[in-house]
Amino acid sequence: MASLIMRDVRKSFGQVHIIKGVDLDIRHGEFVVFVGPSGCGKSTLLRMIAGLEEITSGEMLIDDKVCNDIAPKDRGIAMVFQSYALYPHKSVYANMAFALEIAGFSKAEIADKVQKAAKILHIEHLLDRKPGQLSGGQRQRVAIGRAIVREPKIFLFDEPLSNLDAALRVSTRAEIAKLHEDLGSTMIYVTHDQVEAMTLADRIVVLEAGFVRQVGAPLELYHRPQNLFVAGFIGSPKMNFMTVQAKVIATGGITIESADVPAITIPVDSTGAVAGAEVTLGIRPEHIHLDDSTGVPVTVDFVERLGHQTIIQAKRSSDDTTLIAVLDGDVPVKAGQTTRFAFAASDCHLFNGEGNAFMRPPMAI
Amino acid sequence: MSDRTTDADALSAELARSRRRRNRALLTLIGGILAAVALFEGFFLLRDSQAPKLVTALFAMVWGGGGMAILYLVANQLAEFAPSEWQKRLIPIVFVAPAIAFVVYFLALPAVRTFIASLYDRDGTNFVGLANYITVFTEPFMLVTFRNNVLWIVFGATFTIISGLLVATLADRSRFESLAKAIIFMPMAISLVGAGVIWKFIYAVRDPSDVQIGLLNAIVVAFGGEPQAWIAQLQPWNNLFLIVIVIWMQTGYAMVLFSAAIKAVPSDILEAARVDGAGEFRIFFSILIPSIMGTIVTVSATVIIFTLKIFDVVLVMTGGQYGTDVIATQFYNQYFTNRNFGLGSAIAIVLLITVIPVMVYNLRQFNKRETL
Amino acid sequence: MAMSKGNPFPRAFVNGTLAVICLIWLIPTLGLFVSSFRPRDEIMSSGWWTVLPHKQWVTVSEMKPDATIDRNAPMTFEGATATFEQFRQGVETADGKRVVWIGNKRAGTVQVQQQEWSGLPSVTLQNYHDVLAGKDVTIQSDTGEEAVRKGEDMSDAFINSIAVTLPAVIIPILMAAFAAYGFAWMRFPGRKLVFALMVALLVVPLQIALVPVLTDYVHLRLNGTYLSVWLAHTGFGLPLAVFLLYNYISSLPREIMEAAIVDGASHFKIFWRLVLPLSTPALASFAIFQFLWVWNDYLVALIFIGNVPGVQVLTMRLADMVGSRGSDWHLLTAGGFVSMILPLVIFFSLQRYFVRGLTAGSVK
Repeated sequence: MASLIMRDVRKSFGQVHIIKGVDLDIRHGEFVVFVGPSGCGKSTLLRMIAGLEEITSGEMLIDDKVCNDIAPKDRGIAMVFQSYALYPHKSVYANMAFALEIAGFSKAEIADKVQKAAKILHIEHLLDRKPGQLSGGQRQRVAIGRAIVREPKIFLFDEPLSNLDAALRVSTRAEIAKLHEDLGSTMIYVTHDQVEAMTLADRIVVLEAGFVRQVGAPLELYHRPQNLFVAGFIGSPKMNFMTVQAKVIATGGITIESADVPAITIPVDSTGAVAGAEVTLGIRPEHIHLDDSTGVPVTVDFVERLGHQTIIQAKRSSDDTTLIAVLDGDVPVKAGQTTRFAFAASDCHLFNGEGNAFMRPPMAI
Repeated sequence: MSDRTTDADALSAELARSRRRRNRALLTLIGGILAAVALFEGFFLLRDSQAPKLVTALFAMVWGGGGMAILYLVANQLAEFAPSEWQKRLIPIVFVAPAIAFVVYFLALPAVRTFIASLYDRDGTNFVGLANYITVFTEPFMLVTFRNNVLWIVFGATFTIISGLLVATLADRSRFESLAKAIIFMPMAISLVGAGVIWKFIYAVRDPSDVQIGLLNAIVVAFGGEPQAWIAQLQPWNNLFLIVIVIWMQTGYAMVLFSAAIKAVPSDILEAARVDGAGEFRIFFSILIPSIMGTIVTVSATVIIFTLKIFDVVLVMTGGQYGTDVIATQFYNQYFTNRNFGLGSAIAIVLLITVIPVMVYNLRQFNKRETL
Repeated sequence: MAMSKGNPFPRAFVNGTLAVICLIWLIPTLGLFVSSFRPRDEIMSSGWWTVLPHKQWVTVSEMKPDATIDRNAPMTFEGATATFEQFRQGVETADGKRVVWIGNKRAGTVQVQQQEWSGLPSVTLQNYHDVLAGKDVTIQSDTGEEAVRKGEDMSDAFINSIAVTLPAVIIPILMAAFAAYGFAWMRFPGRKLVFALMVALLVVPLQIALVPVLTDYVHLRLNGTYLSVWLAHTGFGLPLAVFLLYNYISSLPREIMEAAIVDGASHFKIFWRLVLPLSTPALASFAIFQFLWVWNDYLVALIFIGNVPGVQVLTMRLADMVGSRGSDWHLLTAGGFVSMILPLVIFFSLQRYFVRGLTAGSVK
């Protein structure tokens, strides 16, 4: 019932273009997360959905109805703000009742809805308090409660966990996921934290500089990034990149090689590849293992031991660029030691000169 | 939700809500018309009121506050009936127009009208061009007036700044900070007329054979001197005795702003300077003063404007006699005592021109802050 | 905080200097206050500071010098030997007494005086009675003659001041709050320009406005009424009010406004239900400003009320008294204090808001 469609949506403040043409199709009941580095336009996009920012051009449809000029209150949305934005002089009850009062609900209806929402969020005992008397986590719940009472078609979350401490963030994240399961409403969630994105989302929208770089399920983005930006943005530590040469182009893959990278054939869709061109090889740190005979020769720079993992920063012997490897367990390596970073061809990603991926085969689920 | 009965329920609830909304709109409209009538009628009622004073005042508060609140509400409701394109334009007008109208009528427009009046002769019948301005800048009594205003600005502003800074610095280091500040600050609550009475008593002079009841003369006599008529003799230095009053009143203002500014200077900077071996005076002059320069400028501007407009003190203390006239009292004298409307207006315009630099400065400051 | 700023000056030096300054600041008002409670003839015959406990010469005995004593040669009284001229000035004896010759050479008397602590000063409320009363008051002069005179009727002026001040504070606050919200949170063409004009008008001297407005008032038959002063103070006070409230309202968190928009509140609702309650501190500081300004105002009242009897406010009454009773200090001191009492009370009880307002609204 509550779908959201954007068609070439753009936003400019004078000469500054913030959103440069976004097409998006969010289905009913979906949990969609917008991620991207700060300044990528993810919050602006969310505020455009809320109706807090005007749409410069393009069309936005909620439930197949164009809503560019519809007031926020009539869009059937509710929003949870980063700072919670609770009304400081009103009690928790009054905070949650405010929207309903304005909509003209009767006192009994309001009391009923507020009580129901308070029950879902376990804040019944806080209803008489003022926001100033609540802890961060409690305020967060009230902010969500204020959204729930309106029974919106679409929930909007603007970095709702960024003001909580680490432990609370994990538990609240789980609760938001459960809330989505229980209510079944469409939810759109903005964050810069990729762990939140990966754990909460049905689909992730990766934004950069006002463009959508990729839309897909979390693991799809991890395993099949469409471009260098997404490849580098998703995953931590970042994917390693090396410039290599495409030697042989075949239908089943591309064979690459460079001075210190031994020739391997990577199983990707080779459409558009040119033999002899420079391409970028990408390999995630967690897919690297140490080897004495094959792989990229490196000098270990720095070792971080976490117990269950060992993170190695090393310099490529050929051009001094840094590569990172994450190895399971406690691995006996020392700074200054020379070794080789080896990896399987099936774990490699390959990108052309424009930064677009030669796509890997679909995941077998 | 697909169940037919709940659909019907929802529909009737929705209908009830929209009915409530419509009723409310109708009510506000009627209330608004009543309020407008009451405001209009209240104007005449208040103008001609013979009721007990406090009743009238109470009625005025309800009339002014309540009537306006309802007018705002109604205007807003009406604007909300307009199509949404128009709403965006109309609602801001509802919010800002009344205040703008008042300010335009009471300040902006009069400036223009006064300027026009300044180009006419004493009873406003013949156009005389800039003749009044020539009088303003050539007549000896006007030159005395300007000299006095310069004295006010130079001594008043300088000493207010110095004493404000001194008190703020001292108070910041004392345990009795709030008590001291309250004492220094207190004169700000007193009217200039009241301050005039207070200081007239200090300056009171009696025949040398009588006991001196004015504090200043009593001190002079105790040290073997002759009692003086401080505010009448020793022209033009008698002006200084009037200026003291304003220093006494304005130091509190300067102190409060300086105190806030001093507290805002990060203490690590001062500590760093101390570690670097700077002495206390050195720190004061080369770190503290530059850090609060912005506040010093603000306070100076405020005190200068205050002294430029000074009126009550002079009128109460000397009535402008003994060579103590200032622009504001001269305006009053020329306009209301001499009935020379042209000259009075020209003096007012000169007063306006003298504050223009401060206006420009304020605007610059404001723009700087707003573009951030 | 005070300590962390560091301080090699001895604390005694700091506190001592501060105490001296405070004393200088306090003395003028103190003199007025003390004098207002002293009887009329005492005010005229001794300085107000004599109420402080101090030693003074009190006559313990008096004698008539023997007519045979040679007045032109040194004489001896109470063990002190001196000439007539010296006795006229007063001669101190070895045991700390003073001998003074009173009157002329031939028929004068000699007083023996001793230093004693002054007694309790006499306190009276008569001065307040005289200035406050509206009816005739009977005044007894030094010589015992009674005179009947019209009272200064300051109680009437006090009520007038209240009647002028309260509406002149309430009316502009609401208007200014609406406008400040409009300028801070609404977007409309010319917003910046109009607001800049408002800021520029902050420092415009009132003198510029008095005459044209008075002309209109005369046409509308408004001069001499409270209404004239209420409207004028509203107009004159609005730039500062809008500026102060704008500073505060524009600094309220944007997200709260947006939350209210999403909740469906119109601008009017946001203003009424959120902004106004959240702005109480700023409203309070402007209210105090405007109260002090209107209560203490002389110029606006002088021009628009003029000499209409029965409407005059305290400042006008007091200024009139300075003109007509310039040396009746018992009336002036009491009258001065009557005019100050309310602003002082308000000022000291709400000083916090006043200071906040001062620091927020830089120039007026």
